[in-house]
Amino acid sequence: MGSSKKQTSVPVRTKVPSPEEVEKRNTVHINAETVTNVTSTDFPGFYPGEDHAWDIEKFRQSVRVQFHQNDPYEAQFSLIGVDASIANAFRRIMIADIPTLAIEDIFMWNNTSVIQDEVLGHRLGLIPFTGGKEGLHNFLKWYKKGETPCDYNTVELELKVKCENNENAPADSKDPKELYHNAHVYAKDIKFVPKGRQAKYFSGENAIRPTNPDILVAKMRPGQEIDLTMHMHKGVGSDHAKFSPVATASYRLMPTITILEPILGRDAEKFQKCFPEGVIGLEKVTKEEAKKKGSGYEGHEGELKAVVLDAMRDTVSRECLRHDEFKNKVKLGRRRDHFIYLVESTGQWESDAIFLESIAHLKEKAKRFEKMVVNMVQ
Amino acid sequence: MSSREQYQVPNAQGFTTGASNNDGNSGSSSIMWYTCGDCAVRVPLEKGAPIRCQKCGARVLYKERTKRMVQFEAR
Repeated sequence: MGSSKKQTSVPVRTKVPSPEEVEKRNTVHINAETVTNVTSTDFPGFYPGEDHAWDIEKFRQSVRVQFHQNDPYEAQFSLIGVDASIANAFRRIMIADIPTLAIEDIFMWNNTSVIQDEVLGHRLGLIPFTGGKEGLHNFLKWYKKGETPCDYNTVELELKVKCENNENAPADSKDPKELYHNAHVYAKDIKFVPKGRQAKYFSGENAIRPTNPDILVAKMRPGQEIDLTMHMHKGVGSDHAKFSPVATASYRLMPTITILEPILGRDAEKFQKCFPEGVIGLEKVTKEEAKKKGSGYEGHEGELKAVVLDAMRDTVSRECLRHDEFKNKVKLGRRRDHFIYLVESTGQWESDAIFLESIAHLKEKAKRFEKMVVNMVQ
Repeated sequence: MSSREQYQVPNAQGFTTGASNNDGNSGSSSIMWYTCGDCAVRVPLEKGAPIRCQKCGARVLYKERTKRMVQFEAR
């Protein structure tokens, strides 16, 4: 390049694919028995003459987040315009890298119930807890193994229950919960013991408590007793599933249903039944449509036709592809860059905050990786 | 942690210390508490007494669980 005497400027013409072509490339085809066109092709060099270099401005314009449901413990949203690798990275970070507090050490003073010590310990560890967000996320720090437990890295809990006969039980009762006191040990029986500054962060409605107070921990009979102390530490899901902040964090691709030829009358009703409720609607064929030649609606004015109402609700069961009357009339697919996430929090984070946190984590990871690469080159 | 965590060395009086320091209802030092195998009631037994539950008469008695602390990882 540098040795050439004169600079010959070859006019570089970048081809731009048509919107239909982009749409086609962006769809995963779902056929009766196969799924085709599954890999993305929008990277440099795949289509000669087209520019597919990653560009921050292009990305900024195309990426979108759309919330469908945003409850504290359940959120559904769409992340549109990213590659599957990025979407999957967010999912994995949400499951395995966001820290939460969980029971880690059990000090068993007494356990005469029928459930074995280690099994009881394991069950206790899996109970999700919640508490004041400020204290959980900012005040509590990591606990290193072997360190002295302190108020900023350890939360102490206590479970002390004894089963006894209930003298006031009805004579004809056969229900253990009536016959005995504490026949069932629930998560709500676990008491939080504030230490030091924890009283400031975790008091009143901010107290550390089980997210679901009615989790059954053990069953007992009169004379049996459970007495134990527990230590909670911060951890991440990659270490143990009990530290995962989510019950579910999954995504699916946006389904597409394209009706190629009109589906009318009884067929339309059958077609509607091939999908979950609310996906396919029935509308009357209008006068204008019936007038239009070649539309397939000629002479069908007033009949019912099938229309797609909400493809997002489809489970892509492919039932419609099993029936001959819909052959070549419908095309199923999925949008390759439209991810519908379902995030269900276990209580320590708001569901949407888990997603935001996963973005921050990915950013942090990228920065760390950049540093490593720079070090490697030097 | 509290003192009950520590191991108690058996002394000349034998196995009575473990039972006597965990709850106050074992008055005499030679009393040992057992659990009835039939009705699960706590049975005090003196040295030389017949092995028998005072409540239901069952002859199978179990030793109580140790009061020593056991540590587990919740995993």
